[in-house]
Amino acid sequence: MQGADVMREIAVVAFAQTDHRRTTDELSEVEMLMPVLHGVLEQTGLKTADIDFTCSGSSDYLAGRAFSFTLALDGVGAWPPISESHVEMDGAWALYEAWTKLLTGDADTALVYSYGKSSPGSVRDVLTRQLDPYYVAPLWPDSVALAALQAQALIDAGDTDEPALAAVAARSRTDASANSHAQVRGSVPQGDYVVRPLRTGDCPPIGDGAAAVILAAGDRARELCRRPAWIKGIDHRIEAHGLGVRELTDSPSARLAAEKAGAFERPVDTAELHAPFTAQEVVLRKALRLGDDVRVNPSGGTLAANPVMAAGLIRIGEAAARIHRGESDRALAHATSGPCLQQNLVAVLEGDPR
Amino acid sequence: MPEVLKAPLVLEFPFTRSLGPIQSAFLTGLRERVVLGVKTGDGRTLVPPVEYDPVTAEEIRDLVQVAATGTVTTWAWNHEPRRGQPLDTPFAWVLVRLDGADTALLHALDAPGPDAVRTGMRVRVRWAEERTGAITDIACFEPYEGDGDGDEERQPAAHTGEFEDMVTGIVAPARLDYVYSPGRAQTDYIHALSGQRTVGERCPTCRKVYVPPRGACPTCGVATAEHVEVGPRGTVTTFCIVNIKAKNLDIEVPYVYAHIALDGADLALHGRIGGIPYDQVRMGLRVEAVWSEGGRYPDHYRPTGEPDADYDAYKELL
Ligand SMILES: [Zn+2]
Repeated sequence: MQGADVMREIAVVAFAQTDHRRTTDELSEVEMLMPVLHGVLEQTGLKTADIDFTCSGSSDYLAGRAFSFTLALDGVGAWPPISESHVEMDGAWALYEAWTKLLTGDADTALVYSYGKSSPGSVRDVLTRQLDPYYVAPLWPDSVALAALQAQALIDAGDTDEPALAAVAARSRTDASANSHAQVRGSVPQGDYVVRPLRTGDCPPIGDGAAAVILAAGDRARELCRRPAWIKGIDHRIEAHGLGVRELTDSPSARLAAEKAGAFERPVDTAELHAPFTAQEVVLRKALRLGDDVRVNPSGGTLAANPVMAAGLIRIGEAAARIHRGESDRALAHATSGPCLQQNLVAVLEGDPR
Repeated sequence: MPEVLKAPLVLEFPFTRSLGPIQSAFLTGLRERVVLGVKTGDGRTLVPPVEYDPVTAEEIRDLVQVAATGTVTTWAWNHEPRRGQPLDTPFAWVLVRLDGADTALLHALDAPGPDAVRTGMRVRVRWAEERTGAITDIACFEPYEGDGDGDEERQPAAHTGEFEDMVTGIVAPARLDYVYSPGRAQTDYIHALSGQRTVGERCPTCRKVYVPPRGACPTCGVATAEHVEVGPRGTVTTFCIVNIKAKNLDIEVPYVYAHIALDGADLALHGRIGGIPYDQVRMGLRVEAVWSEGGRYPDHYRPTGEPDADYDAYKELL
């Protein structure tokens, strides 16, 4: 990011997430969301009226209803009128918008939240509707099928094999044992093929969940949090939508976003990667130049809980929470959207020196 | 607590999309069993073709014809085909680089099993019998061992992209199935309605009663839980006269649709007003719900005969 020396300091000062579950029939979206909204407000001692800007991420296609995010606003307390925005994307992109809003100086605090209930529909089919509507969507290639094409390309290139992918799955779910919010934890069989070469263990669980984050600028962040997770850089990039145009074994957009976010200036100790499929972790480790000394997805990552539209924001939240707790000093958080890592967002977070 | 309600919800849309010059040529070509690509400024051939160079964003218009044979660049075995996919028997998803192209096209490959598929294998297009100008005019790919049809290794040949009766649009049907659950608060509301009662929820902070309840106070941003029975009578706070007959709705026009503040509620809900000529409905009119036989919600609201409410009594509920 150019002119980093004159930018406002902005930090993640609070993070909350739901327990992610296969179904939450008893809860509407706003009922699922409210506890995490209250969670981040309580952590900071802020009230709704103290929040300068609110931004959310979600998808009508998951909810099966137009303008579904407007109902979720009931959980925010949108009266008297608030400054609010919404992205039809993962909440990580809502956080990006909030970050730019804080950079302008128009706001000192921002509430960012996102949520997704995949349980009412078939998320594999729902995600086909984000594809090119002329050449691809009429064929209904589901999300697992597209990820499987990427996995086979990696195997053919010699970048991984099925045992290595199984090891990614096992490490993620073992790490998730320490994460009470995770949906799939501990030892999980790698299972049968869903779409070969991907087995159930290579795929994320399908479930419902929500997350919220509070951002604050400068001294306000220091007042609200003992050890703020400063956003040193954040950037997002996209690749061509044509799958056959892209090099599926690499992620040039993730690498470029990381470079622009300053990730390569100094090593990170932690990386929270939004890799819903095991093979995508292989791609991202290479693109983001993560060595074996970097702790990858200590939360268990998306293979342990994948509330669509919240999973990327959770990566930023998990990375920030590790800095808050003093378990990390410099962390990389990554979010993705689109098939086969089409779009990638990278944030670099740092705690003050100890 | 009663069991949370669930119901199937099917969303179906026939998305009608217009095609630009390149997509029109490509899809019309498929109808005529011709596969077209487009050349980029640096000489690459993109199949399927796009209107703008993915690298430079330059407009590109140089169409070329490529072969209907090609090479698999990656694949995935789909043993359980899903609704809408090209084949209903197990098949491989494939990216195929057609001979003469530099990029790959996504489609299905009809093969007996995963052992019969590998990256690098040769395939050819199997055309659909009935072709309309859509990506599904390629029924799928099939393994291709031969080299006799003269198509393979072919250099892309310039093509005008012009055909008789060009396809200029597609209709892309989409269907998604859900099992919708409205959550706890709205489930309670719907259950109460089945007993011909209307319940709201009171906000613990501002004490307002919301009908229908959605589990949260939009003003305070807190959960609501305290049940409050409201109505059955209420006041028309504002209304409109509907003059257009809705499809599949057996109601004579004109009729009145109104905001109705049920007694005890701090939010007006809406409903149709019946039992009174449309031009006699007025703000402040006192009404009550009328359930039809076996109805699961009020069919309409009718005048109670009480004197009209004072404006001050409902001015906050417009
Ligand atoms: Zn309230």
